[in-house]
Amino acid sequence: MDFIRNFPFFSIMFAMLCAILTSALPKKGAKVLCTVMISISTLLNAAVLYYTCVTGESYVYIMGHFPAPWGNELRAGVLEGLMGTTFSIVMLLSVLGGARHINEDLAENKISLYYVMIDLLQGALLALVYTNDIFTAYVFIEITTIASGGILMIRQIGRTTLAATRYMIMSLLGSGLFLIGITLMYDLTGHLLMSNIQQSCAQIVADGRYTVPLTVVVGLITIGLCIKSGLFPFHFWMPDTYGYSTPASSSILSGLISKAYIFLLIKIFYRVIGFDIISSSKVLNVLFVFGLAAMIIGSVSAIRENDIRRMTAYSSAAQIGYIFMGIGLGTSAGMTAAIFHILTHAVTKPLLFISASGLSDVSNGSKKFRDLQDSGFRNVPAGIGFMVGSLSMVGLPLFGGFISKLLFATASVQNPNKMLPTLIVLAISTVLNAVYFLRTVIRIYRPAADKETLQVEGARPDVRMTFGQQRLFVMVMICFVALNLVLGLYSQPITNAITAGLTMLA
Amino acid sequence: MQKISKKERFEAWINGEIPSAEEQLLNESGRHVYQSTSTVQAKRRHKNPRDYQNAFEIKAFQKVYNVLSVVFCLALIASLLITVSYLPRVGGTDNPGNNEVAERYIEKGLEETGAVNIVAGMILDYRAFDTFGESCVLFCAVCSVFILLKVSDRETAKENDRIHEPKNDVILQQIARIIVPLGLIFGIYVVLNGHLSAGGGFSGGAIMGAVLVLYLLAFGFEKTERFFNEKVFRVITCSALSFYCLAKSYSFFTGANHLESIISTGTPGAIISAGLILPLNICVGLVVACTMYAFYTMFRKGGM
Amino acid sequence: MIGSNLVFNIEEVVAIILFGIGFTTLLLHRNLIKKIIGLNIMDTAVYFFLASMGYVDGRVAPIVTNGVLDAQVYINPIPSGLVLTGIVVSVSVTAMMLSLTIRLYKRYHTLNLDEIYMYAVKQDR
Repeated sequence: MDFIRNFPFFSIMFAMLCAILTSALPKKGAKVLCTVMISISTLLNAAVLYYTCVTGESYVYIMGHFPAPWGNELRAGVLEGLMGTTFSIVMLLSVLGGARHINEDLAENKISLYYVMIDLLQGALLALVYTNDIFTAYVFIEITTIASGGILMIRQIGRTTLAATRYMIMSLLGSGLFLIGITLMYDLTGHLLMSNIQQSCAQIVADGRYTVPLTVVVGLITIGLCIKSGLFPFHFWMPDTYGYSTPASSSILSGLISKAYIFLLIKIFYRVIGFDIISSSKVLNVLFVFGLAAMIIGSVSAIRENDIRRMTAYSSAAQIGYIFMGIGLGTSAGMTAAIFHILTHAVTKPLLFISASGLSDVSNGSKKFRDLQDSGFRNVPAGIGFMVGSLSMVGLPLFGGFISKLLFATASVQNPNKMLPTLIVLAISTVLNAVYFLRTVIRIYRPAADKETLQVEGARPDVRMTFGQQRLFVMVMICFVALNLVLGLYSQPITNAITAGLTMLA
Repeated sequence: MQKISKKERFEAWINGEIPSAEEQLLNESGRHVYQSTSTVQAKRRHKNPRDYQNAFEIKAFQKVYNVLSVVFCLALIASLLITVSYLPRVGGTDNPGNNEVAERYIEKGLEETGAVNIVAGMILDYRAFDTFGESCVLFCAVCSVFILLKVSDRETAKENDRIHEPKNDVILQQIARIIVPLGLIFGIYVVLNGHLSAGGGFSGGAIMGAVLVLYLLAFGFEKTERFFNEKVFRVITCSALSFYCLAKSYSFFTGANHLESIISTGTPGAIISAGLILPLNICVGLVVACTMYAFYTMFRKGGM
Repeated sequence: MIGSNLVFNIEEVVAIILFGIGFTTLLLHRNLIKKIIGLNIMDTAVYFFLASMGYVDGRVAPIVTNGVLDAQVYINPIPSGLVLTGIVVSVSVTAMMLSLTIRLYKRYHTLNLDEIYMYAVKQDR
């Protein structure tokens, strides 16, 4: 049983080894190895989740022969296990759901490189989740940045190259701020391991000597990770990035990568700086205000879009706002809600992106709303998938989105200063969400009344996709819908696990 | 300007017929549609001031931009300078950094890792996971450059720039004949002595990569391809990185489970000592040299 | 509100000014090559900062000479190690950004990001 303690390390190193080996394989072998690796990784992470739930405490895993503060460390608790498992499942489903598009969109000699990138991303994401060392986090952030640029630009049309450039520039700004932040942090504390820094931080605050530098450091690290995850003033790279890449890349980028940065930020708040210090500083208020702004502005931008993928991308900006709003509430209930929303968004956004690609397939490859008329009937599984995703994002009971909105609302009640703005913005944002998602659902289920206009536009309404033609796609849709239902119907054990995980983090 | 009722506008919105911000941009400046890709025309177009639809507005916008950039730069520098003024003094002996961590690296490093170069011992033994991640960053970057710039075999013939290569430049070749062997030996020396003196896999690998690029510049692709092509590149990178990954995994696994490791540190100061550090330095050196060379050939012609 | 050590930390002050210049160039310049130069200035400034932070007056580089193993003789090795890691990361990122620039230039024949955006919107819907 104690052997399970090795599993986080196994899953990271196995992913990296697979990435190295995949670069020498042909595309068929690359795909098989990648799928097998992520499946095994899912099982390993699920075992970690189970082990930490049973033992009820987190543990530290020494990477090498030297304990903290001399060597590197991994740390696993319930929350890390939960994140690792969810990320692996979503990664697997995204790669499988987008497999056909990967073959169509990419050049023949680059498909195996795509799977190399996916393997690297999987390893780097797990390392970000499990790491207990702040400099290791920086190194793996850089791997994540380069690899996500890679999966973005591998579809070589002009728009993706441009989108990748802008994405990389914003990401590099974020990394630069994060790096100078941890450098200053090292200068102040003399440590790189999270638990040791936390002790030093507590001393610094009690001392009162380095209060100003500590505030600046917290600000730099927070801004760096906010830029990378696309919080409101920095969200302009999102529509291009998510709108034009191959569907699997869009779903991985929106569903996992920005979430991994946010999870790292939460971990830094709890484990590096200490939640008491954070909640007494003004940083959380800033995050709260920008989160609220993102919820409104992301949704308004989404309403003005005519492109289904870009609309979903703007909706991502709004959902990131929800998560930061939850963090900004500054209570542990708000944090629980934020983490639950990370899970909800991680299983819903990939569903939306992949089903949107299914709808485009039967509309002559167009992503514009005017060509998508009636497509929900032509590709039934994709239509159902998109509808479920939309309803979950709007917040209909039964689905995950409802629970996270409920959690946000109950969490806000505990904080009297922030209750009113939270509730008002939550209501407005829900209405706006409903407006643009239901518009899309109406559009894709509107029967094609006048065929003439459609023929003029060049669309071919007779293209249909049946279940038989896309068995893998249908299975992926079913899995995603099931995950959404699980989050909606069995939310109690999950929120309990998150609360337990948060106590372990502190 | 025709008026439309709210209901019609709503229907148009549902149907996706109200232009989004980007489509509006397209309609406003749709006069000069970008058509040609030839360089000559592109340059001519570049000089045509009418390309900027609203040249004046763009100029004003850029002025605001410049002012903003200065203000922003100053604000960032000011806030960081205030931070620096509170930081511990540079060079102080009792700075937070000089704590028990650094102390143990220095005092026990030779005994525990066998490396005379304390930094090499630190990055390849104490904090080896970071360094493994760093090699993966390099690997990841090579894959990205391959994705971006590698041309398929069909295009290679068209984009081949070998005809432009200077043929038999005597001065370059004579100097390269002297520098290449010396540089290669120096690079190998730096890699092999990484645990004994300043240097290591990354610096030695960079030297070897530079020498390879010089050889390529002097003698052209035909000569380098005889001993270094894409297949060799793949074999070297894959095997070196896999060895790195497996060796370090073994070391991590034994360390974390408190098992006895078969790797001994040897006599400090001897060339074959310091356990895994020497083989890892060799692996890293090979990977870095191949990577530098690969970057150059990719930038040059999109293939090896 | 300014602390007492500004004059003594002159190396770090220089590093911070360089960092600000690099950051602003990366953020606000429209030319891609200059953006990449800004990125490199920014990274180099951080390494300068780390190197000056690890220095201790009167001590030597952490390579054991004549078998002396005393923490009072050598400087702090950790910042040196971090600089090594950082340099490799910055090389990788620069290579990737340069190859992105090559592709964009091959397609749009300009390095100005605004112009590239205009052409990209017009050309590829």
